[in-house]
Amino acid sequence: MTISLLFMGVIMGVVAWWLLKQTVDTSPWQADAPYAASEDFSGRSLPQPDAKLVLIIFLVVVTSLFALFISAYLMRMTMASDWRPLPDPDLLWLNTAVLILSSIALQWAHVAARREQLDSLRNGLFVGGFFAFVFIGGQLLAWQQLVDAGYYVHSNPANAFFYLITGLHALHLLGGVVAWGVTTIKLMGGTEVARLRLSVELCAIYWHFLLVVWLILFGLMLST
Amino acid sequence: MSTIAHDADDFVAPAEIPEMELYHPKTWLGKYVFSQDAKVIAIQYAVTAMGIGFIALVMSMLMRLQLGFPDSFDFINPSVYIQLVTMHGMIMVIYLLTALFLGGFGNYLIPLMVGARDMVFPYLNMLSFWMYFLAVVVLVASFFVPGGPTGAGWTLYPPQAILQGTPGAEWGIVLMLVSLAIFIVGFTMGGLNYVVTVLQARTRGMTLMRMPLTVWGIFMATVLALLAFPALLVSAIMMLFDMLLGTSFFMPAIVSMGQPLDHTGGNPILFQHLFWFFGHPEVYIVALPAFGIVSDLLSVNARKNIFGYRMMVWAIIIIGALSFVVWAHHMYVSGMNPNFGFFFATTTLIIAVPTAIKVYNWVLTLWRGNIRLNVPMLFAIGFIFTFINGGLTGLFLGNVTIDLPLSDTMFVVAHFHMVMAVSPVLVVFGAIYHWYPKITGRMMDETLGRWHFWITFVGTYAIYYPMHYLGFLGVPRRYYSIEGTNFIPESAMSLNAGISIAAFIVGAAQLIFIYNLFISYSRGKEAGGNPWEATTLEWQTADTPPKHGNFGKSLPLVYRWAYDYSVPGAEKDFIPQNVPPSSVEKGTDETNQ
Repeated sequence: MTISLLFMGVIMGVVAWWLLKQTVDTSPWQADAPYAASEDFSGRSLPQPDAKLVLIIFLVVVTSLFALFISAYLMRMTMASDWRPLPDPDLLWLNTAVLILSSIALQWAHVAARREQLDSLRNGLFVGGFFAFVFIGGQLLAWQQLVDAGYYVHSNPANAFFYLITGLHALHLLGGVVAWGVTTIKLMGGTEVARLRLSVELCAIYWHFLLVVWLILFGLMLST
Repeated sequence: MSTIAHDADDFVAPAEIPEMELYHPKTWLGKYVFSQDAKVIAIQYAVTAMGIGFIALVMSMLMRLQLGFPDSFDFINPSVYIQLVTMHGMIMVIYLLTALFLGGFGNYLIPLMVGARDMVFPYLNMLSFWMYFLAVVVLVASFFVPGGPTGAGWTLYPPQAILQGTPGAEWGIVLMLVSLAIFIVGFTMGGLNYVVTVLQARTRGMTLMRMPLTVWGIFMATVLALLAFPALLVSAIMMLFDMLLGTSFFMPAIVSMGQPLDHTGGNPILFQHLFWFFGHPEVYIVALPAFGIVSDLLSVNARKNIFGYRMMVWAIIIIGALSFVVWAHHMYVSGMNPNFGFFFATTTLIIAVPTAIKVYNWVLTLWRGNIRLNVPMLFAIGFIFTFINGGLTGLFLGNVTIDLPLSDTMFVVAHFHMVMAVSPVLVVFGAIYHWYPKITGRMMDETLGRWHFWITFVGTYAIYYPMHYLGFLGVPRRYYSIEGTNFIPESAMSLNAGISIAAFIVGAAQLIFIYNLFISYSRGKEAGGNPWEATTLEWQTADTPPKHGNFGKSLPLVYRWAYDYSVPGAEKDFIPQNVPPSSVEKGTDETNQ
């Protein structure tokens, strides 16, 4: 549980530190008039748009989920002597490259949206989405290869964790693809770029996040 | 990146928007069923939670029938008994208390208390409720599948949870795990909403340190729940894999019913770690909202500001942070390294410090207060008693050496019922009596409420006090029958019968409450906008019950904290949060609505 504990420690540390910072230097019992349009009295604690903030908090929750899986992975590995690492298919390297490309393309779309360049935005979105589909297809292919080679989900805990974690990661990416789809449909429907800027940015953030998660998971599987 | 506005509206302070663009549904279905109004969603959550909670209450009565009068009831056999134990625990902890505090009170009170028109993401909020509803439906469905619901104990420990011979090992456990997974997804939707609403949608002047403690408690509990529920999800998914796909995450090599199973090498302790990594924060997910609400009830009815407001806030934050490092005190008997036990005993005792600060502050709030002993106040004071009681027995169980002999005895049952069943439920009752006038516009019946309180309060002591003694005698928990155990004297059986009778009386007393809920809806005294003379924003709304959008034309501006009671020199003994200092000085009492 060290990984999870560390993660929770960091998160709760940040939350507690931020909350204490907000609350330590106040005299709540004093009444005053909040007339000035001073930022101190607006009801917003953070400058981010709500949608972006909620995505970030959601990503923390997802990180908690994956951290727990990694904890379970490491604990199960040492708890019994039946752990036989499965060969990592070479295809996974290719998939990793595809996911990186997908992330780069969405970053490109994000920059284009900021500059209101419609063509680049469209290209970036399409390329990013395309590579995301390729990645998911590639993961399925990797599964197929392993199953063909006789690495079934129930034959070893290493296999079980592999299918479980990659599957869960792919599911999260599929969730992102839904958001990507909505954004793309809106773009095709002629919605102004300015109104899509936030959606594109959120897609890009989510993709980068899943890329980092994938790199950590892949690294974990390579090293064990 | 954040300096670029995608949409200019995001950067106008909410109080300056005359009326937020809310989705106003036209149809009956959209208004009352698939509503996006947090207040309607709150009531949906509360009604569903109390409905399923009532079923769990009936289950506890059935358990008491068996324990008090063994061999008298044919329909309760060992399988049914352990199924009752399991479902009673799971429903009460997750589907009643978590859902009611966060989904029910959270939805109703957060937007109203921080001065928002609604949750930030109303649609997500609606989805959250319907996911919860689906989870409850799946849970209830497990009563009707072959084999019935799971009888694995509420902790669902493998291997026995999925082994043949445990009740519900084919269907019940699968539905239980699926239901939990749906619940977690639904809760996450709601939880994200509560956090963002508290952080971003407060009205102008409502700084974090002016929020009522109710909001603080619910906010911190939501943060805990968002981070802790994934642990339950992980263990549920992995157990489903073990069960349905034959993997060995938790399942060791095992012989079941004479047949060796295919599992090898899995470790049940891994499940225990994951489960309690969720399970202990869960205690505080239930307790923190109760702490917050009770602070407000005490302050309003003692006509005094809460003692040590900042300490109370920091205690909530610190309890929240510490709750993640105490989980293994549920596992002292799992054979873990004694050094581990020492570590967790230490953290467990440390968490008593902020908790004790809270208790002192509640008591000091009462000190020399102008106490109004109305029904909500009775429940709030009752909570202080039961919580201290349950907390003190927690000090026993937090120490490894004392826990070892007491673990798996009735002492533990008495402890956790006192501290995390009776205490939060007393707060739930107090809170319902307190906010019912705002929700319906009518007061609940005072006399019935007093009967309800005294029977419940005295009755729970009659139930759980003797249970500590049973625990010291070594009466085991979860046992269908203790016949033939020589070390348990005959008198323990009489005591058990007595406990059961007290339990039936308390159970029946809840019917008074339900009757009161219904009868007051049509016949209750008209409440007016602010029957308790409270300061928080929900009592200052233009309409009672508040309409969709909460505050009528313009949002209230906040000038002070929520605890300006009996301020020297002020005309009345309370000053609502939206009264500017200037009108207090002039001696007028106009709000800025």
